[in-house]
Amino acid sequence: MEKSSDIELRLLIEAIYLKYSYDFRDYSGASVKRRVAHAMRQFDCATISALQERVLHDPAAFMQLLQFLTIPVSEMFRDPSHFLAIRQEVVPLLKTYPSIKIWIAGCSTGEEVYSMAILLREEGLLERTIIYATDINPASLDKAKQGIFSLENVRAYTTNYQQAGGQRSFADYYTAAYDYAIFDKTLRENVTFADHSLATDSVFSETQLISCRNVLIYFNKKLQDRAFGLFHESLCHRGFLVLGSKETLDFSGYNKHFEPLVKQERIYRKS
Amino acid sequence: MNDAAASPIRGIEAIVVGASAGGVEALLGIFSELPNGFGLPIIAVLHLPDERRSQLAEVFARRLRIPVREAQDKQSIEPGTLYFAGPGYHLSVEQDRSLSLSQEERVHHSRPSIDFLFTSAADAYGPGLLAILLTGANQDGARGLAYVKQQHGTTVVQDPAEARVDVMPRAALALQTPDHILTLSRIGSLLVLLESSPC
Repeated sequence: MEKSSDIELRLLIEAIYLKYSYDFRDYSGASVKRRVAHAMRQFDCATISALQERVLHDPAAFMQLLQFLTIPVSEMFRDPSHFLAIRQEVVPLLKTYPSIKIWIAGCSTGEEVYSMAILLREEGLLERTIIYATDINPASLDKAKQGIFSLENVRAYTTNYQQAGGQRSFADYYTAAYDYAIFDKTLRENVTFADHSLATDSVFSETQLISCRNVLIYFNKKLQDRAFGLFHESLCHRGFLVLGSKETLDFSGYNKHFEPLVKQERIYRKS
Repeated sequence: MNDAAASPIRGIEAIVVGASAGGVEALLGIFSELPNGFGLPIIAVLHLPDERRSQLAEVFARRLRIPVREAQDKQSIEPGTLYFAGPGYHLSVEQDRSLSLSQEERVHHSRPSIDFLFTSAADAYGPGLLAILLTGANQDGARGLAYVKQQHGTTVVQDPAEARVDVMPRAALALQTPDHILTLSRIGSLLVLLESSPC
């Protein structure tokens, strides 16, 4: 017999989909369950059903819940060796394209976007690149557009940047004000921030490189495969797919459609 | 042996283990007698500093007779294999008994969190889960172990008198009385007995 709380959880996820078109039905269950439990405490709801009633009748409450359901854990130049490998192995090939389109799928609050923009600027590619930065969470996208990060975090990012093969002083890219670092707005001149769901939306452009890091771990295999399908469709012939350090194509039916370029750093190329 | 561990526990389908300070020696202690061909999956969280790549799986693979791997996202759980959570990510068991990784907030300053592993594994295995909490210097795992018990799993805490650091076992004992409080060598014997008892 299914537990009442498991039934309630499925009903909540279904209600969110029917009412707001946000589709968490194929997210990894263990993490969703924890995040809903966390949200219940914040909303002071004794049951998931009570939480469902709140969000079903109050769109503002749903937007608050969305902040708990998505996980905005990110860093600039997270896994520095990954960015070093992009610089050394991918950039020389990207340079052969007259214009470049890059899709950063699940960009959260923008750390991956600014990292990529800085790398491309140093390699002389930013001016001929368009970056599509997409996420399902409008609040995260707003934050990404602002490009303002806490100075405390930026200190850690500076170390990452240096280990990732950064060529300048990291402070050249931001202005410090009080406890914040305001990033150079010219970094996002060619960035289009957009609402896009890997669970429900389709491909919107041909791209040469797609970066989707620490997003797919929150999906079950079925939804991972949907995302890989979108990436495969969007990427040009021999385009690049880069994933998070613990994400892999190994368990997906799409592994035949990509070949590893730098396997250790989760950099793949469309075959 | 004169305690409960001498009588076989039936119906165990999976084992989860949590440890922190002093954990490497403790884990080697309880796993060293496991025979080649041991039939149950074991999933372990051992708190480590957050360096990017952990050597745990390699270290244990050299010392044990069972296969040892670092847990991968969406990997199916194979019987007779020891999985370690890698650094920097929480490790969970999904309802379909595959592994999943996530980067939610740290729990008791730890990621991976023992609570997250134990709780998700209890949801997946219910009465078929055996959870073991060993030496450690923080309280991670205590709540997870209590939840395993609620879901009718079997719980074991290392005897705090023997634990290299007793904060973790004592936190578990303060929250709930486990099925067994055992020394490492008794826990090792219990695991071998599980193997020989019919399900």
